[in-house]
Amino acid sequence: MNLVAPESLVFWTTIIFVALIFLLKKVAWKPILGAVKEREDSINKALESAENARKEIQNLTADNERILKEARAERDIMLKEAREIKESMITEAKDEAIAQAAKVIEQAKATIESEKHAAIAELKNQVAELSIGIAEKVVRGELADKNKQIKLVEDMLKEVTIS
Amino acid sequence: MVLATKHIKIFFSAIIMLFSFAQFANAQEHGAEKKEDIHQSNQEEKEFSPSELINDHIGDSHDFHIADWNGHAISMPLPVILLSKNGLVTFMSSEFHHDNRGVVVVEKNGEKFVRAEEQIYQLNDGENAVVLVAEESPKNASKPLDFSITKNVFSMLMSSIILLLLFTAVARSYKNNKKAPKGIAGFLEPLVTFVRDDIAIPNIGEKKYARYMPYLLTVFFFVWVNNLIGLVPFFPGSSNLTGNIVFTGVLAFITFIITTLSGNKNYWSHILSPPVPKALYPIMIPIEIIGMFTKPFALMIRLFANITAGHIIILSLVSLIFIFKTVAIAPVSAAFVLFMSVLELLVAALQAYVFTLLSALFIGQAVADDHH
Repeated sequence: MNLVAPESLVFWTTIIFVALIFLLKKVAWKPILGAVKEREDSINKALESAENARKEIQNLTADNERILKEARAERDIMLKEAREIKESMITEAKDEAIAQAAKVIEQAKATIESEKHAAIAELKNQVAELSIGIAEKVVRGELADKNKQIKLVEDMLKEVTIS
Repeated sequence: MVLATKHIKIFFSAIIMLFSFAQFANAQEHGAEKKEDIHQSNQEEKEFSPSELINDHIGDSHDFHIADWNGHAISMPLPVILLSKNGLVTFMSSEFHHDNRGVVVVEKNGEKFVRAEEQIYQLNDGENAVVLVAEESPKNASKPLDFSITKNVFSMLMSSIILLLLFTAVARSYKNNKKAPKGIAGFLEPLVTFVRDDIAIPNIGEKKYARYMPYLLTVFFFVWVNNLIGLVPFFPGSSNLTGNIVFTGVLAFITFIITTLSGNKNYWSHILSPPVPKALYPIMIPIEIIGMFTKPFALMIRLFANITAGHIIILSLVSLIFIFKTVAIAPVSAAFVLFMSVLELLVAALQAYVFTLLSALFIGQAVADDHH
């Protein structure tokens, strides 16, 4: 290959190329790289904020779910409590009723007992009156005879001590 | 992958066969033409020489050849800027009237210039015509410093303007559009972010890459656009700027300068006191210092060789038509040229990527923190 004018090419290449570097740096590379960087940053930022929004939504859903869960648990607890109250009320009522019944029965029993005693006492009085009446008649009959009277008194006395 | 390598092998053997056949044909032609030489010696018609054509195309030139019409070259004149013994001399290359054999003498400020084999010579005082000795610089003329806007420089200026226009348009589009990039920005932004995310950051590191972004981006697009301009087969493309070792050398040198200037304590300590036994220093330190230079040297050679090779292959394939002097070979040539051109499109981007990647890698090594 014929190197025509190497000094010319060295000279012009150096000048043109170095000038081109600085010119392009000023008019092209800086604005282009700057714009590209700026756009990349803005894209990154947009993506990041989108990601954040997504996370926030996720958090929100999680929150909602948590609240729902809590509400459900609360409801369950309330229901349980209500059931317990109901049950305890029923038991109480039952107990009370039983107690009441027992009391009534007791009272009835007591009344019956007292009535029985009264009846027995009445019966005893009447029996006694009857006995006295009979005994009066018998005694009147018996008293006609003096021996018989004495014997009677003795017999009766024997009998009386028994009751 | 195996299939691909197989295809490549077949392709290359086909090329080699074609070339050997071409040489064979050439040799035969030579034999045949020797006999005809007696008849044709007076005629001006030159024998087609592919190496001359290829050298013309991959080399630089003082004017931008566009086409030939009825035996006349049509070319765009470019300014010739010379630093001669008496100072700065400028004129348009058209003043040589396409002469490249030292025949036309251009006189400026009392100084006489001729052009031979694309070299401009200043005739010594009192001389009126250059005496050319084959393969040597002329005896009665000196070579002034040549700062001409050659075809390659013109191409470089054009690519710079393209880059400036493209990227100012991109930068402007961001002012009004804060949303997703549209239009040209939509096409170029991924490339810019590619350089940033896949070249600069992995090799230099998240903290330090920003300083080197302007250089890496500029070199990536500069090399790529110039590679692509070189692939355009007609004016104003077709220059072989990135396949010029001087150009790639300057770019590699700038990478070298940046690497060396941004080298930190760690980098220099690796070179001047490598982590090896002291007894090995006499070997290691020279190796490390040579290593500093081989890295950019490899950059220079890689880009130059890849691009020049691509140009040479395409031009060789086209030359086949003229070597065989038959249009029958044209479809074969065209098919291969199409294939090579598509491959070169890939290479154009790939070499720009590799150059940028390796520059970033070297800078990354220079600024790397100590990991021991």
